[in-house]
Amino acid sequence: MELLQRFAAGDLEAFEVLFRQHQKEVHYWIIRIVRDRGIAEDLTVETFWRIYRARDRFEPGGNFRGWAHRIATNAALDHLRHARHETELPEDLAAPAAADPAVGSETRKRIKQAFDTLPAKYRLVATLALIEDEPYNNIAEALGISSALVKIRVFRAVRMLRKKLNSLGLEVAAK
Amino acid sequence: MKNDQNHKELKTLLRKVIPAVKDTELRRDLWPEMLEKLSEQPLRVPWFDWALAAIVSAALIFFPGAIPALLYHL
Repeated sequence: MELLQRFAAGDLEAFEVLFRQHQKEVHYWIIRIVRDRGIAEDLTVETFWRIYRARDRFEPGGNFRGWAHRIATNAALDHLRHARHETELPEDLAAPAAADPAVGSETRKRIKQAFDTLPAKYRLVATLALIEDEPYNNIAEALGISSALVKIRVFRAVRMLRKKLNSLGLEVAAK
Repeated sequence: MKNDQNHKELKTLLRKVIPAVKDTELRRDLWPEMLEKLSEQPLRVPWFDWALAAIVSAALIFFPGAIPALLYHL
């Protein structure tokens, strides 16, 4: 029997093989959304827990990777909805060019504050599309929506962000 | 056109303030945690939770007008 068929039938060894094949990729996807190593590890396990529980709904001929990405995205989204807002990266996760001296600390604080107030579903697409530079079609696939809808959500996130920044006294281009 | 320009400006500003995640590598095997989670006992619902659910259900059946108020608070 094929690996995916064995997994769908509840074979734990098949699940372990799939887990080991996909854990890095799932973790990579989640850490870029939640931006915290410990939380990303917990959510990776949570994702595979959801995958294992839903195994009988998986079509063995289907795309396991895409399915896993969608479940991982939902787990990350649930986390964003319920967790305290936080976009500050720990030192070891930040990109080398992180500290831009051209942006003052007060401006930085206000932008983070504004970003944190975005509703979870907008924060998720804004993080992936604007900060992580993830292509719209990948985000769309992971969310189970169209690329056009991702584009609309990014546009709305930008509009909300600009409005919020303006209300905080930061002029960010014209509306 | 102007929208695109504004979009790019905000994106640039955002990336200066909230940097992309650099170190994304998974440093350890998570299978032991997975096994631990798989072996956890399914959560049991205490009897008083069932009783509470029954009381709420009964209240909603006898007072359906409370449903919008409940939905509002959810």
